Amino acid sequence: MPRWEGQLNKIDDYRWEIPQTYKPGMRVPGLVYADEAMLKTIKEEQSLEQVANVAFLPGIVGRSMAMPDIHWGYGFPIGGVAAIRVSDGVVSPGGVGYDINCGVRLLRTNLNEDQVKPKIKELINSLFANVPSGLGSEGKIRVGDKEMNEVLTNGAHWAVKRGFGLPEDLEVTEETGRMKGADPEKVSARAKKRGAPQSGTLGSGNHFLEVQIVREIYDQASAKAMGIDQIGQVLLLIHTGSRGLGHQVCDDHLRIMEGAVRRYGISLPDRQLACAPIESDEGKDYLAAMACAANYAWANRQCITHWARESFAKVFGKSLEELGMEQVYDVAHNIAKIEEHSIDGNMVTLCIHRKGATRAFPAGHKDVPQRYKGVGQPVLIPGDMGRRSYVAIGTDKAMAETFGSTCHGAGRLQSRGAAKRAMRGADVAAELAAKGITVKTSSIGSLAEEASQAYKDVAQVVEVTHQAGISRKIAMASPLGVIKG
Amino acid sequence: MEATSDHAVRRVKKGFEVLDHTADIGIAAYGTDIKEVFCNAALGLFSLMAELDDIKEDVQREVKLSAEDEEVLLIEWLNELIYISDVEHIIFKRFEIDELAGNQIRARCFGEEIKPGQHKVKREIKAATYHMLRISKSNGGYEVKVIFDI
Repeated sequence: MPRWEGQLNKIDDYRWEIPQTYKPGMRVPGLVYADEAMLKTIKEEQSLEQVANVAFLPGIVGRSMAMPDIHWGYGFPIGGVAAIRVSDGVVSPGGVGYDINCGVRLLRTNLNEDQVKPKIKELINSLFANVPSGLGSEGKIRVGDKEMNEVLTNGAHWAVKRGFGLPEDLEVTEETGRMKGADPEKVSARAKKRGAPQSGTLGSGNHFLEVQIVREIYDQASAKAMGIDQIGQVLLLIHTGSRGLGHQVCDDHLRIMEGAVRRYGISLPDRQLACAPIESDEGKDYLAAMACAANYAWANRQCITHWARESFAKVFGKSLEELGMEQVYDVAHNIAKIEEHSIDGNMVTLCIHRKGATRAFPAGHKDVPQRYKGVGQPVLIPGDMGRRSYVAIGTDKAMAETFGSTCHGAGRLQSRGAAKRAMRGADVAAELAAKGITVKTSSIGSLAEEASQAYKDVAQVVEVTHQAGISRKIAMASPLGVIKG
Repeated sequence: MEATSDHAVRRVKKGFEVLDHTADIGIAAYGTDIKEVFCNAALGLFSLMAELDDIKEDVQREVKLSAEDEEVLLIEWLNELIYISDVEHIIFKRFEIDELAGNQIRARCFGEEIKPGQHKVKREIKAATYHMLRISKSNGGYEVKVIFDI
């Protein structure tokens, strides 16, 4: 692939602008959060061209943004944020991605490293048995047509009603795990059929369950508000999304949008950016279906939470209360949300597309749960399986600059093929074992594709967002045990 | 020109190659005619999902589709196979295309229902995308590139 040789103007050490004049048709400039070293790698592929392409979308305001974990996606870059006016703008399924509401959930525990280390193999085996993962795996829940509609409408609330997890979990889930405006009628029978057997499954690819140890705390007070009390404390991180259902919703609506682009005479530089006016039938139908897929994903993470707690209780012979296994937060990092933001002093209703980006609302914001009103919304940033993950919080600066958004993870550095050529799955497992990390996977072959070397170091990504001020880092944890789907 | 032609013949023989894409994975598929290239693209897709040598041919499904153009038809064909595979857990390994003209396809697909633990599975493929999509005709045959979301 050719290097990207476009124009990039340095604003400061962590901000770079693609001027609106770079490409005729751009409605706003591009803004990339990165440091100089990262940019070298970023320029090796065409993701910055995609930032410029997103700036073509009708109704886009501010800038077409890219977080430091940017990499090449379809149409939109991964790590892309686009704010689009609801009144005269468009919604693009590509700006959300195939895995609608792919996201992360963090649970805390009262356990420490010394208690978990001797039992980590047993714990990982139990989690692996309890949470279905990998190709062809089926969930332990069977939902009929009527109940599927309830999953799609009520998301995590449906799961809690069915006995999966606790009502308190909902308070600390983005949108309380139930996105409004979901209409199951707008989800195709095919999507529902794909989703029915996959409820409560982890999936494969980069999805995982990770038992982590808190290694560093940067802000004691904010960490404490999240139940992260000390170095050595054990956490559980869940990363999964809307499975086949979300993909089918995306695919179905991309096809509808292909036609819409022609009908509404929208000019786009890339077919995969297909979109429709937010206020059109096509736009409304997509958002209603997308909300269903988002709810499916929240229900999914809610069920997995329940089974993970069961495994912890069984392995450690303790009750949930004794384990203190409370949810810290749950974020969506592939989603489009209708939000109010201030532009030049006026409140405007926008559709914020976050594709591989996390909402990062500051302290005091109305959508931040009561528990975090004083500190800000927790932001969960998983890294690769061999290194570390971060907990951060949203800031006022994010609100002012990025429509309340920040990075979502490490971002791939190497293709799956290149990672696989560099290392075998068995070697990756051995290398992790040498670091004291237990890993279990349904496909040893694909383990190599997820090796640390294939990813940017998430520490550098988080440092950029921290220095730029669009999220503030609170704590860092490293893995002790991993389940890869 | 001789060399190009030889190269094309070799590629057609191979059927498909795996392509690298940072976040996902893709294939380049080859064929002397459009039917062959559609078959090889499907074969490439399933080779990314499982070790095909271990797969029997004891189930058969028929696929009938139409689309507005050939490129969209290719994506719909692959996405239809992904859909059947996702819902019925079937890995296909052989494809007989009975008709492929006027942006319509009718094909029979042969494979086996897989059970986790019994088969060597590699990964889920969740969608064929329009990203970088290109069907090109060159000296000695057709070539397509497809990127999959996983």
